[in-house]
Amino acid sequence: MPRAEMVHWWFASGFLMLGLLAVARLLVGEEVWAMRPWRRYLLPGLMFLMGVLLWPVMTFYTNSTIHMIAHGSWAQVLMLAGGAELGLASGKLRSQWWRLCTALTMVVSGVAFLVHEQQHWLFARAAFLHHVLGWTLLVGAVFPLTQAFRPRSRAAALGFASVLFAISFLLFADRDTAAIFGHLSPYAGVPHR
Amino acid sequence: MSAEFAHARHERTIERSLRARAVLALGPATMLGGVLWAVVQPYRITLLHPFGQGFWWLVGGESPLYVVLAGLVFWRVVAIPLAEDMDAL
Repeated sequence: MPRAEMVHWWFASGFLMLGLLAVARLLVGEEVWAMRPWRRYLLPGLMFLMGVLLWPVMTFYTNSTIHMIAHGSWAQVLMLAGGAELGLASGKLRSQWWRLCTALTMVVSGVAFLVHEQQHWLFARAAFLHHVLGWTLLVGAVFPLTQAFRPRSRAAALGFASVLFAISFLLFADRDTAAIFGHLSPYAGVPHR
Repeated sequence: MSAEFAHARHERTIERSLRARAVLALGPATMLGGVLWAVVQPYRITLLHPFGQGFWWLVGGESPLYVVLAGLVFWRVVAIPLAEDMDAL
């Protein structure tokens, strides 16, 4: 089985791609973005796919109930956000309030990160990143929330893309056992390469 | 075509061109980021010292290469068609 840190890096790549797509859409505008129908489905489709792929992560990588609930809730809300955005992209959903699903996803994910991390900030790098990811998602939820009220807000779109890049960066920085700012609890295990 | 209208259209074309260039630059910039990461932390690329490494470390442990790959895929699949569409407008 691949190590947990590798799975984090794979999802980091997914978030990096989401960030690139969000920035590109912001740069060119909705009119150009929608010129090729397949392009409308790229970002929400990738979100939905990442939600689906979180289910095997939940099945094979969780070693406690709270971990399982956290990963399961991520899978569910990411699929919900991806599904809502897919519905909006296809025109089957029309209300802008469906965009609140993305804000809900970020709030649920942020809370899950903070609740399921049982260690303090400087226990190890993974613990630190869990805390930072949780707060990044919670604070970053303001951007999709703003987009639900002001769909054309460029500042909110830029903020949302920035949050995606930040999540990618944090997930790429994850290691199973590594120090953070020179701190590593003796209970965290032996660091490797 | 009046001079005023032509001027406004010319400005819109320049703005579109700048945006197209910015979109086209995103992919190479991401790839460059991955390469710089590999230079700063070469131990993150297991392929550079593959002896004694298991399958998953050789396939799944190449995080800077994932950044390069994401930039490459984005550039080829998304950015180039987007720039073409902007030029076509």
